[in-house]
Amino acid sequence: MIPPKFDYQAPTNLEDALALLSANAEAKILSGGQSLIPMMRFRLASPQVVVDINRIDGLSYIREEDGWLKIGAMTRESTLDESDLVKSKYPLLADTAKMIADPLVRNRATVGGNLAHADPANDHPATMLAYGAEIVATGPGGPRVIPVSDFFVGPFEPALEHNEILTEVRIPQANGSSGGAYMKLERKVGDFATAAVAVQLKLAADGTCESVGIGLTNVGLTPIRASEAEAVLRGKALTDAAIKEAAGLAAAAADPEPDYRGSVEYKKSLVKTLTVRALRLAAERARGGAA
Amino acid sequence: MSTHKISLTVNGVMQEAEVEARLLLVHFIRESLNLTGTHIGCDTTSCGACTVMLDGVPVKSCTVFAVQADGGSVKTVEGLAQNGNLHPIQEGFHEKHGLQCGFCTPGMMITTSALLEKNPNPTEDDIRWGISGNLCRCTGYTNIVKAVQYAAEKMQQDAG
Repeated sequence: MIPPKFDYQAPTNLEDALALLSANAEAKILSGGQSLIPMMRFRLASPQVVVDINRIDGLSYIREEDGWLKIGAMTRESTLDESDLVKSKYPLLADTAKMIADPLVRNRATVGGNLAHADPANDHPATMLAYGAEIVATGPGGPRVIPVSDFFVGPFEPALEHNEILTEVRIPQANGSSGGAYMKLERKVGDFATAAVAVQLKLAADGTCESVGIGLTNVGLTPIRASEAEAVLRGKALTDAAIKEAAGLAAAAADPEPDYRGSVEYKKSLVKTLTVRALRLAAERARGGAA
Repeated sequence: MSTHKISLTVNGVMQEAEVEARLLLVHFIRESLNLTGTHIGCDTTSCGACTVMLDGVPVKSCTVFAVQADGGSVKTVEGLAQNGNLHPIQEGFHEKHGLQCGFCTPGMMITTSALLEKNPNPTEDDIRWGISGNLCRCTGYTNIVKAVQYAAEKMQQDAG
């Protein structure tokens, strides 16, 4: 399938890219292209202008700075997957990077694109909800920070203005008593999740749960933050009973559609099971000091 | 709508062309350059039959615009054999019957070449993980894994 015609622009700096967006109401950003190009071939997207930001330097990095792990928007998923920093200190992110699409897609797909596309079936949204991440969006007036909990407005609708580009996502820097895990069930490599659960938690000195974030993938119109499940765990010991109660609340927060991947009941039950497993693994990793 | 002059090397040969922005890299390779070893399978970024190396990284060429490869280098299955000799990966697929209908094979071999460059001595798990973006509907993968193992051994012998 051949995409519809469009004008192609490949600016080499952010200012030019922003100017192109401001000048063209029908312009669309092309980062990794692994969602946009298929959508154009299916005529689900027909942008008149495609602004390719692959030739802009300085948008691909993974570094700890000022209490954050900062990830440049153009960082490829394969780069994230191969990062020793991510592998050693950010297991939730490492789990996620491994499970996105397939190895060939990961060579092109970007972290920024995965978020800005705001597809509830994408994996980074739930991960970033669990981390309590912040999105940096750069517009003509400079950068602004958006808490990720405010970022997913609707299906395929991020809280970005038309003339803004997602330039960075940053997550709180790991410390020795935090841990995370991403549990995803997919029918086969490359398929979207039937359901997936992201957990990030921090343990207090006495072993109780000091803070926890739980994000759900592909069980609603937007990625879902399971706030009630988080609330019952905060300040509690992570006993089997507490974990099961939280998992039940996470399942209740899920609002999936039935499709060929499963019924509503099946998907909710899956969320429950995956939440139990993700909480257990996250706690184990936090206790192990592996961050 | 826009057309662009692009220049890139394909299998080491400089190519220049004027392309429509919407031309996909796989169509450029097959139709403009007549290099039909790269196949179009699913056309939905799923199957990996169209895998080529772009600037040293294997990608699905049905999901990259040709204009994005401007200034870059592409390697296709036609670039594997050197001086009329099969590449050890091609030899492996031949020796171990790593194909039946052969449709997935060019993409599978390009992915294999990237895998072995990064990891010259992969375990079976590494191989299965590495080729998980390339679908084969004939072999059940068993002989593909053996072909990759054959190639890995051969390439290490050749290097050592």
